[in-house]
Amino acid sequence: MSESPGKTGYGLRWNNWNLLLLVPLAMLITPLINFDGPHLFGMPFFYWSQFVFVVVGVICVWVVYVKTKDEPVSHQPDRLSVDDLDEGTTK
Amino acid sequence: MSNLQWTEIIIFAVLFLVVTVLGFVAARWQAGSTLDHLDEWGLGGRKFGSWITWFLVGGDLYTAYTFVAVPALVFGAGALGFYALPYTVILYPIVFLPLLRMWSVSRVHGYVTPADYVRGRYGSRTLALLIAVTGIVATMPYIALQLVGLEAVLRTMGFNGSGFLGHLPLLIAFVVLAVYTYQSGLRAPALIAFVKDILIYIVILVAVFYLPSKLGGWETIFNTAQAKFDATKDNPNDGVLLSPANQLQYATLALGSALALFLYPHSLTGALASRGRNVIKRNMVALPAYSLLLGLLALLGFVAIQAASKPIVNQATGRPDTNTIVPVLFDQQFPAWFAGIAFAAIGIGALVPAAIMSIAAANLWTRNIYKEYIKKDADPKQEAKQAKLASLIVKFGAVLFILLVDPQFSIDLQLIGGVIILQTLPAVAISLYTRWFHRWALVAGWVAGMVWGFAMLYEIPNKAAGKAHFGGSALPLGQLSLFGWHPFAGSLTQIYVGFVALIGNLVVAVIATWILRAMKSPNGIDQTQNEDYHADEGDPRLKEVAVH
Repeated sequence: MSESPGKTGYGLRWNNWNLLLLVPLAMLITPLINFDGPHLFGMPFFYWSQFVFVVVGVICVWVVYVKTKDEPVSHQPDRLSVDDLDEGTTK
Repeated sequence: MSNLQWTEIIIFAVLFLVVTVLGFVAARWQAGSTLDHLDEWGLGGRKFGSWITWFLVGGDLYTAYTFVAVPALVFGAGALGFYALPYTVILYPIVFLPLLRMWSVSRVHGYVTPADYVRGRYGSRTLALLIAVTGIVATMPYIALQLVGLEAVLRTMGFNGSGFLGHLPLLIAFVVLAVYTYQSGLRAPALIAFVKDILIYIVILVAVFYLPSKLGGWETIFNTAQAKFDATKDNPNDGVLLSPANQLQYATLALGSALALFLYPHSLTGALASRGRNVIKRNMVALPAYSLLLGLLALLGFVAIQAASKPIVNQATGRPDTNTIVPVLFDQQFPAWFAGIAFAAIGIGALVPAAIMSIAAANLWTRNIYKEYIKKDADPKQEAKQAKLASLIVKFGAVLFILLVDPQFSIDLQLIGGVIILQTLPAVAISLYTRWFHRWALVAGWVAGMVWGFAMLYEIPNKAAGKAHFGGSALPLGQLSLFGWHPFAGSLTQIYVGFVALIGNLVVAVIATWILRAMKSPNGIDQTQNEDYHADEGDPRLKEVAVH
């Protein structure tokens, strides 16, 4: 809920790759996983499928990390000088 | 004091001694110019890199109590206890973006606590005080529960006396912890977390491969577990799979817990101590390694059923303590020397989060109550002094809780803690994105969520434990009442109380915001700017660390 892109003009930056962060939430839909079979290493599907989701979660977050790594951290290069000038007055 | 397991005790004592030395040495580790500043004592200089943060946050979130309570829940209830795995998987994708914004804005303005941030964002002392008090109240029983985890292993090793003597080993361990936290601040748990986590990884990996092969494999283990759950006719909701009634509880408990975790002040302390945004991002990718571990550990609850482990009767309360189930399993199945290592892992695992939690609670007290209301002109040195003292008081408060009050009360309080900390979500997390909510509407929502959540928890009985109130966090929808109206009358489907209370909180906050906006009520002064939420290490906007 706190991930929604919201309105622009609030200094929010949106990148479509961020949508991948919603994929792991699929594991909350329990009717999709609440089954006994097929077994893996003797474990019911309910258990091993959720272990698979650990990997899914890691991959999704990793892709978002890599794809958003090069986002500029400060707004624009010309803003920097303004910030430098402002620095003496910031708390 | 009979049946002392000497081999286990000696190994436990040696490892405990090692971390004690580390705890004191930590004061000089990567030391800044001074320890007399909250940035240094309370946040380790705000310069931890990816590895330290991984161990620190991992040691902080995956606590000793988690490690004993989750398998105990699986042992008792089956599939529902496994909610800990989805909880810690969806946690990272959910907090990934907001946590980065929180780090940046805190770094620019020098915020140490979530209440500092709310104060800056809304210019409201009242709202900040509510956030601080909620944080402290939710954290205190959590610290006490770390003692429950530590005591579970001490009792398994034979220190199961009654009265004061039964608590003495615990008391000694905690005095030692209190002293080195006082001295070294956040650096102590950061350094100790390395030892703790390595031990935990070794123990659990050995346990989940060795024990099932010794006990006939997972197939047999799950069959035995199902047979046990089938035999308990009075509880239709236990079993190896979820029942129709508790699927919604499973999902909302996992989601609610994930939303709540980074609202706890101690989780945020770990994140704010990191050097930069990339450190946090990398950790969001790497921390699920602990989730994998937690999931495997949860399965040990089934292994304990197969091994016919029986929880130890706590001599102090006279009741079986299900939290001893994993220690008992290790004690039965492992050679004594390895059980000693396993117990040390759990015991030290209690110290790391207890230290971080007491630091976080102390930071809240100092920044948002002491400096805000008691001594407004406190300089950073006085702040640090105050926080150190507060960390001592918090820890001894937790010890007194265990000594004087039934541990069950701490467990009840922690249950309530999870519900109430979730009520700070609109003020702390949603406000990172929008200032649409009115500050007094957030206060109103908080009050509504608190009262409603508390009332619902009070009404939930637990027949198995013979309790009429605070028996759990699963509310049958049929009992959901809106001023006497039951919208889902007759439904047995269960839902997590915290989630319901949060929805109530949000509804009240939205309506109150509409009203207050229509009345043109002023919404406070926002000290933060849009760019603050994107600042990263090296940015000239960042506030210098530990300036006096």
